[in-house]
Amino acid sequence: MHPIIKLVAQRLTLGILLLFAASVLIFAGTIMLPGDVAQQILGQGATPVSLANLREELGLNTPPVTRYFNWLGGVLQGDLGTALTNGRDIAESISGRLKNTIFLAFWAAAISVPLAIFLGLLAVRYKDRWPDKTISAVTLTTISIPEFMIGYILVYWLAIKFRWFPSVAIINDSMSLLEKLNAIALPVMVLTLVVLAHMMRMTRAAILNVMQSAYIETAELKGLPMLTVIRKHAFPNAVAPIVNVVMINMAYLVVGVVVVEVVFAYPGMGQYLVDHVTKRDVPVVQACGLIFAAVYIGLNLIADIVSIVTNPRLRHPK
Amino acid sequence: MNEQLKNLSSQVKSGLLTRREFVARAAALGFTAAVANYMLAKTAHADSHAKPVAGGTFRIGVSGGESTNTQDPASWASDAPLATGFFWGEPLVELNNDGSLRGLVAESWSGSEDASVWKFNVRQGCTFSTGAQVTAEDVMKTMERHSNEESKSGALGIMTGIKSMRTEGNSFICELETGNADLPFLMADYHLIIQPNGGFDDPTAAIGTGAYTMEDYEPGVRATAVRRSDYWGGSQEEVAHYDKIELIVLNDATARTAALQSGQVDSINRVEPKIAKLLGRAPNLSVKNVSGRGHYVFIAHVDTAPLDNNDLRLALKYAINRQEMVDKILQGYGGIGNDTPINAAYPLFDETLPQREFSIEKAAEHYKKSGHDGSPIVLRVADGAFPGAVDAAALFQQSAQAAGIPLEIKREPNDGYWSEVWNVQPFCASYWGGRPVQDQMFATAYLSTADWNDTRWKREDFDAMLLQARAELDDAKRKEIYSNMSRMLNEEGGVILPMFNDFVDAISNDVQGYVGNPSGPQMYWKAFKYTWKTA
Repeated sequence: MHPIIKLVAQRLTLGILLLFAASVLIFAGTIMLPGDVAQQILGQGATPVSLANLREELGLNTPPVTRYFNWLGGVLQGDLGTALTNGRDIAESISGRLKNTIFLAFWAAAISVPLAIFLGLLAVRYKDRWPDKTISAVTLTTISIPEFMIGYILVYWLAIKFRWFPSVAIINDSMSLLEKLNAIALPVMVLTLVVLAHMMRMTRAAILNVMQSAYIETAELKGLPMLTVIRKHAFPNAVAPIVNVVMINMAYLVVGVVVVEVVFAYPGMGQYLVDHVTKRDVPVVQACGLIFAAVYIGLNLIADIVSIVTNPRLRHPK
Repeated sequence: MNEQLKNLSSQVKSGLLTRREFVARAAALGFTAAVANYMLAKTAHADSHAKPVAGGTFRIGVSGGESTNTQDPASWASDAPLATGFFWGEPLVELNNDGSLRGLVAESWSGSEDASVWKFNVRQGCTFSTGAQVTAEDVMKTMERHSNEESKSGALGIMTGIKSMRTEGNSFICELETGNADLPFLMADYHLIIQPNGGFDDPTAAIGTGAYTMEDYEPGVRATAVRRSDYWGGSQEEVAHYDKIELIVLNDATARTAALQSGQVDSINRVEPKIAKLLGRAPNLSVKNVSGRGHYVFIAHVDTAPLDNNDLRLALKYAINRQEMVDKILQGYGGIGNDTPINAAYPLFDETLPQREFSIEKAAEHYKKSGHDGSPIVLRVADGAFPGAVDAAALFQQSAQAAGIPLEIKREPNDGYWSEVWNVQPFCASYWGGRPVQDQMFATAYLSTADWNDTRWKREDFDAMLLQARAELDDAKRKEIYSNMSRMLNEEGGVILPMFNDFVDAISNDVQGYVGNPSGPQMYWKAFKYTWKTA
């Protein structure tokens, strides 16, 4: 069997096992939190009678293990169930939120990944000279500032002072693509600034590492210009580690941006998940957890496949 | 220059500047006192006599919305769902800005001699957004849904006194177990929005008698509603002037103020006291605060050692520096408390009630008298107990220490605070939203049998006074009984009440007709109905 197909099959099986394990952990974790969904819904306004009525209606009186297997049974048939808190269909609510999250992540990645790699190449080309130092200094500064702070700074200047972009990034289906892009301009900028440094530094380091090799020296001695050497000989051999870092950052863009969502009131998955964790709405937390875990597993798989495809020694094993 | 002066005059109106300060500042801008006073009078005049303008979109940025919210009134507990609910629905009555009642679905109401039977006449011509006339049957079904055995409604607590309900032609009649002169006030509760067939068919349908119908609804994100042309209350020139309302959930305080400053919303709730004064200086917007009935408390169970000792409780009550808390925690946006949940915002409040002063000597004296062994008294607190709760507890600890009272602060997580700490642990921080009338406040938290008796205040004489006042229709007598009840709590209760918090909103200066309502923020969420925008 071709090694790539074998790898994908192995990884997918492992991935399903991992998802299963993750769902057990999430379920147990949510159950362990103090209070249950009935108490959280009624809050300070709970009375013993209304609590009992709500628990009965939500089926919280059945043992947790039974509830878990009921949920698992549903999921295996493709039914994520309904939210305990508002009775909405989870698959339907999540698909809207997931679409928004991916929309934001896509545009942030579409700008930050090429930019990071380009800046990384530039830094290598002018290693230890002022462009290299400036790029590193700026990107390391933006990664060091907490993302909400960058958000507030951009809001203050670009939304309040100059009024170029809106401070609230709420998007909905009735908006055109251009309106949507205008709405998410500020969160995309924040996310770009946050993920840039990691990818840029990795590109720089990976290429510099390759630049020590004998074949690079040969290429230089042939008289090739510096940028051609990097593009044709160094970059292809440095792709694997770069792709790894890119994938980690893309996973972050999908899974870890709740703070940015809150600052810009963006209706993505993060805020959705946090709201439901606060309310102990187990089925929704489970569904979000599964999606997030699947995103990590999927992106890692892509990274591994890319590193095989770009490496002839792995592509054609003896 | 003129803009600055206008801004200053609106600050006077919102109470941020006194007239004297205003003239002084205007003088600093180069205006004579006469011009300044003229400008001030003109702004005030323009405000009170301007004619409402129909049309436009009113955009509100609201803190307190989650993606777990629903349109079922029974489930509402936070601000965004209740604000959205008033777009499309109305209870029998609503609370005016002066605390009195105005009929909505109920055209009129009357009580029997002993206040034990109440009759509400349903308004003719008041229709649901489906076009159907509201019937007394719909009203009764609504009340049933919030009070029957399967109810999980947030209003269940206030419905318990109702013995039976029936309809008679056009009237809804309810009989109470004991007389309650304040029953109509209970009917203003936001959960009790009248729905077709009481909402038994589909509680989340968002069909009601309100001036608007829902267009889009995304829980925890946004909601939009459009004006009904057949609203019973009148034309757009008379009431509910906007064509459209858009509500955006902005839970982050900075996001909220930024949205207002950048012109993306016209009005926001919950302006943090620490930034309110700064925000008020920004051009084109005004900060509006109204003193309400909500309050922040430190609550001690009166039946649990060591705070079952009244001298120890008194020592703590004397050891709390109320004015300092109002100044530092509320930044002046509030009033000092007096260890009773009642303040001047309530009808029948007794102004002669002596105010407890901050006194280290008296605190030390009572502490000595209590014979407490000197072990630390544990006060549990979380950020979410009320805004600034942890800082308030630290101030309390310091002033108590000056009187020799060892207070130990135990910080609890926000998550699970209301289920694990509040109403469970013997001494903790909390808040109350206040109620429209004294009876309801006492009955909710200080009656022996109340589910939320969070100070374990179980006194037969107090309960008897409450029931006596409830059935008493003579206001003078009721006032006296309520006053005595407040005195009892002040002297012996487990509630240490340092401050009443204001509701602080901020609105764009384009919005006209805004008047604070002591029942809640945003004119108790009726700003969409009573304000309008100048073009």
